Amino acid sequence: MHFRRTMLRRGLAGAVLASAALLTGAALPAQAWEPTKQVTFIIPAGTGGGADQMARFIQGVVGKHNLMKQPVVVINKAGGAGAEGFLEVKKSKGDAHQIIITLSNLFTTPLATGVPFNWKDMTPVAMLALDQFILWVNSDTPYKTAKDYIEAVKAGDDKKFKMGGTGSKQEDQIITVALEGVTGGRKFTYVPFAGGGAVAVQLVGKHVDSTVNNPIEAVAQWRAGSLRPLCIFDDKRSTYTTKVTGAMAWSDIPTCKESGVNVDYQMLRGIFMPAGVTKDQVAFYVDLFKKVRETPDWKEFMEKGAFNNTFMAGDEYAKWVEAAEKRHYELMKSAGFLAAGK
Amino acid sequence: MEEVASLMQGFSIALTPYNLALMFIGIVLGVIIGVLPGLGGANGVAILLPLTFTMPPTSAIIMLSCIYWGALFGGAITSILFNIPGEPWSVATTFDGHPMARKGQADEALTAAFTSSFVGAFVAVVVITFLAPIIARFALKFGPAEFFSVFFLTFASFVGMGRGSPWKTVAAMALGFALAAVGMDGVTGQLRMTFGYDQLLNGFDFLIAVIGLFGIGEILSSMEDGLKFQGSQAKLRLRVVLTTWKKLLAYWSTSIRSCIIGCWMGITPGGATPASFMSYGLAKRISPRGNNFGKGEIEGVVAPETAAHAAGTSALLPMLTLGIPGSPTAAVLLGGLLIWGLQPGPLLFVEQKEFVWGLIASMYLGNIVGLIVVLTCVPFFAAILRVPFSIIAPVILVICAIGAYTVNNNMFDVWMMLVFGVVGYVFNKLQYPLAPLVLAIVLGDKAEESFRQSMLLSQGSLNIFWANPLVASIMTLGLLMLLWPLASSLRARFGASRSATA
Amino acid sequence: MHEQGDATDEPALVSNRVMEIVVALLLLGVSAIIITDSVRLGIGWAEGEGPRAGYFPFYIAVVLGTASIAILLKAVMGKGEGLSEAFVSRPAFMRVITVLLPAIAYVGAVQFLGIYAASAAFILFFMIFVGGESVLRAICVGLAVPVFFFFMFEKWFLVPLPKGPIEALLGY
Repeated sequence: MHFRRTMLRRGLAGAVLASAALLTGAALPAQAWEPTKQVTFIIPAGTGGGADQMARFIQGVVGKHNLMKQPVVVINKAGGAGAEGFLEVKKSKGDAHQIIITLSNLFTTPLATGVPFNWKDMTPVAMLALDQFILWVNSDTPYKTAKDYIEAVKAGDDKKFKMGGTGSKQEDQIITVALEGVTGGRKFTYVPFAGGGAVAVQLVGKHVDSTVNNPIEAVAQWRAGSLRPLCIFDDKRSTYTTKVTGAMAWSDIPTCKESGVNVDYQMLRGIFMPAGVTKDQVAFYVDLFKKVRETPDWKEFMEKGAFNNTFMAGDEYAKWVEAAEKRHYELMKSAGFLAAGK
Repeated sequence: MEEVASLMQGFSIALTPYNLALMFIGIVLGVIIGVLPGLGGANGVAILLPLTFTMPPTSAIIMLSCIYWGALFGGAITSILFNIPGEPWSVATTFDGHPMARKGQADEALTAAFTSSFVGAFVAVVVITFLAPIIARFALKFGPAEFFSVFFLTFASFVGMGRGSPWKTVAAMALGFALAAVGMDGVTGQLRMTFGYDQLLNGFDFLIAVIGLFGIGEILSSMEDGLKFQGSQAKLRLRVVLTTWKKLLAYWSTSIRSCIIGCWMGITPGGATPASFMSYGLAKRISPRGNNFGKGEIEGVVAPETAAHAAGTSALLPMLTLGIPGSPTAAVLLGGLLIWGLQPGPLLFVEQKEFVWGLIASMYLGNIVGLIVVLTCVPFFAAILRVPFSIIAPVILVICAIGAYTVNNNMFDVWMMLVFGVVGYVFNKLQYPLAPLVLAIVLGDKAEESFRQSMLLSQGSLNIFWANPLVASIMTLGLLMLLWPLASSLRARFGASRSATA
Repeated sequence: MHEQGDATDEPALVSNRVMEIVVALLLLGVSAIIITDSVRLGIGWAEGEGPRAGYFPFYIAVVLGTASIAILLKAVMGKGEGLSEAFVSRPAFMRVITVLLPAIAYVGAVQFLGIYAASAAFILFFMIFVGGESVLRAICVGLAVPVFFFFMFEKWFLVPLPKGPIEALLGY
């Protein structure tokens, strides 16, 4: 029973870590605030997506390592590209028992639909990680590098190449439009699908020519030899050097910049809470997520999805969010995705 | 036979006392979750997921998939007893299951539903066991055009179903499509028909509509008759299981047909919901008692239940090998795999043999355990209907409200449920058919989305629907289905005139 | 599920014909609303986006409009079976109202009292005043059901439902 042993070991390690956390917790001065009832964790996306997986994973880690006395309850509020979830947090001013995980729709949804909310209606807690994007093609195609592929797009007819992506006027389409900046005026036909997993399968089935899936959405197909990563939309390569397939590790994927495609984009996986909460309340959650990030489970999760494991909190985080909002505004403005009046 | 050896090994993994106990717990929890509309399968699995993190992955998936089976069995209970389907694929079960309950045959309807789901699921598991590698590749052939053709076929096999005014059928279906379109448009990201109301962002979830139209509508209609509820005649007979089984044998052709539809729809990731509607539609057309469908015909319970469960079970395979979940519940299960350190995908069958075959073995065992558990409870479930209506009515209403609220955690949906209840009551009295309306709400937006994705891919050419043998044959089948009612009425007229002259 | 026409000895409140006309007009109104919004969204072909967002709803609304006009004309001209029969008799309508109004009040109360307290009140009211059950029985059911659901959802399955001042007093 191979599994049972590894799971046992993992469980043991967890128990040791949890008790260590308890000990250090006891050594510190008493916390100023902690939740007095269950904490609602809102996901502004549907079940099964990247944000959903991460939130439920965090819920599991918190439970497994006893990081909080009160339970975490996860709720999906996906309506209107996540607007429903954000509006709920906006409405719950001063409620310290509510947190929300964000993806790029924090910026794109209000800009594209005009639904009235903004990150400033909430209190930034912490950045957990940045999710990467990779340009993928089917491994039966002759394109070995991003350059090969872009050259083929340039040489082909306009709209001949089909790009599959998740959602409309969101991150995948923004990247697609940014890519069109280097294709010599040739445009992609962007086809939106409901979820990242479905997008990867559409590429395996050759219904589309390329995708910009997150690593975790396409890694299984990559390992099976059906998909080929061309470049990663980041200014430096991934830091994970463990072999994922027989020959390659995440760090072996060149950046798009290296391949002459000057596009970079990452997606925020961060935590916010309602406005009007006290400093102590924010501090509790910052501390909680620090503890989550120290667990071995989290580290394994980060590696599996090739996440950029950056942590930020406080002013640094708020500044980052502000810059990201500006960047999304510029990107969406040049793509013509802004709702009327924005 | 490599498969048989692997399966036997799978049984040896699944058949530990610990795993058997987990199976039993899973089934019982699943039935509870399935019965309360507020706790759909997805919710239930998601809530219990964290509990399984400390278990070995094989045991964890055994328990969670048993919750899934249990919830599937449980969904049929509320559909039949109270006309409240908890999942989209149990909607078709209400069409004949609930009328049977009203006639005092709740126990027969429940037995038929449970047995059919078992048969469907079991056949699907056998198919998975022996055809897994071929099946997995088949799902890749499904692009947007193929998905649209499947939805088209579903609607086509359902057209001409209603008695009464064809205009009312058309109006009901169009209203369903219109309601399905409210909210955010998945292709362009624009808001449609929300008129600035945040509450409408989410659109109308089929569950809200169904709980209102069927559940609340039913209570209002029953009230009109003066607190009478004919189901109260339900007798408590354990023997009914055996007598019903004897009856079911007569419908073997319907069962086989439904299994084929279900397995096919599960493997091509068409899904359980189209499968159940399609199977019901076909059974009504083919059965000699087709005209009685909708009035409490046992065959009308067999067809959708068998197909839905065959599809639901065989859909687990594309999920494991491709990582595309066929339902929200499957999506949560997929997330679970990741947390246990497994990567769903083509390599799962190579790298995690023990896990995969343990899971397949648990599908066999889980379904058998499930069938035994639910069948022994049939008299108990049927007895619920003996509770006086003055007690059961307010409790059902409370359950409906909870169910409606939990769909999106939104009070607005509870209000909408009441509105749909009044609509259901009025439509029922004016003989607007509710089935096409619900079908359009359930599948309308998916059909529209796949149509527009296809149009994007082909740059506006309808040829994409005839571009390869697969999509062309499904579309042709759909067209035949559309023309069938016309052809059969022509034939009837022609046949009549010929016999008159002879 | 229900055959048309109620017992003839009860006075009719409204005839089927009137209801047919009312429903057809409502559907026509819905159709008009959809067409307006679809035209705003665009009903043609967009370069790079395929059929615009309003394309599909527009044609659906046209179909809906056509069907409701057909139903309307039939009803106005008095063609069709059972049009002159009663849609609902006065006593039957009163019975429907006795459940519909409390149900509306119940949903309204959920927003202030939380779902558990409101459910208890609703079940109590319904069983005693509508169902004519004994007070003791009503109290048993009216308390047991919400308490059971409370543990089920809040405690066991961790599904938060709307809560009000009573739960807040208890620390939830």
